[in-house]
Amino acid sequence: MIEEEPIIKLHYDIISGDYIKGGEASSNIKKALMQLGIDNKIIRRVCVASYEAEINIVIHSFGGYMEVKIFDDRIEIVAADTGPGIKDIELALTEGYSTATEGAREMGFGAGMGLPNIKNNCDELEIDSSHGNSTIITMKIYF
Amino acid sequence: MKIKEIKELLDIEPITCCDKLEEDIKYAFASDLMSDVLALVNNEVVLVTGLVNIQTIRTAEMKDIKCIIFVRGKIPDESVIELAKQNDICLMCTKQIMFNTCAMLHSSGLRGAEINK
Repeated sequence: MIEEEPIIKLHYDIISGDYIKGGEASSNIKKALMQLGIDNKIIRRVCVASYEAEINIVIHSFGGYMEVKIFDDRIEIVAADTGPGIKDIELALTEGYSTATEGAREMGFGAGMGLPNIKNNCDELEIDSSHGNSTIITMKIYF
Repeated sequence: MKIKEIKELLDIEPITCCDKLEEDIKYAFASDLMSDVLALVNNEVVLVTGLVNIQTIRTAEMKDIKCIIFVRGKIPDESVIELAKQNDICLMCTKQIMFNTCAMLHSSGLRGAEINK
């Protein structure tokens, strides 16, 4: 079987603790989708999911990357980091549960809405993580 | 309510994007917590906040928020203003506290955002 080729492929490195650049990747994803003429409501869902995932890498991880593939009918975003992993994924998906740092709270985050909000805005979501390992989040949103 | 009317009501000068003054907005959302803005805001709103950092602008960008009112006399720095300009977001600053700002906006016809709950 031939693997489907995306129309656009993007890659962004995300630096741990960098609240100045955090959000730039999602901003660029938004611009790419706008150029493709995707519906605004869909773009907003993609932006929220992508931005939450990006900020999660900034807040919680040792650093990572986001890989974006835009196809005719959907967008796939992989947000991956190098650790330290999520202890309890089910708990992390509970609204209000947060392990955010004081620095993250000063920036307006840490309400425990990140992962639940990603879930609410995606059509398909996979979270692969365990304590002491990397976290890989795969998000799919259909146009 | 037009952004121009918000400016007149609060008696302040916008610090960015004066070309948005004729835009009409019906709803407002007030919060210092960007997580809640991202999770709950569902329609076009004016954001009332005391949080003046770059992530406030990023959050507004992701949610298509066109106007932000910074309360309690908070002034954003140049990098924040620059990012708002790049994204055509109208920024205003008032010395009023959030409660008074919201009360004035509500009295003049703005309504609370319909939220995702």
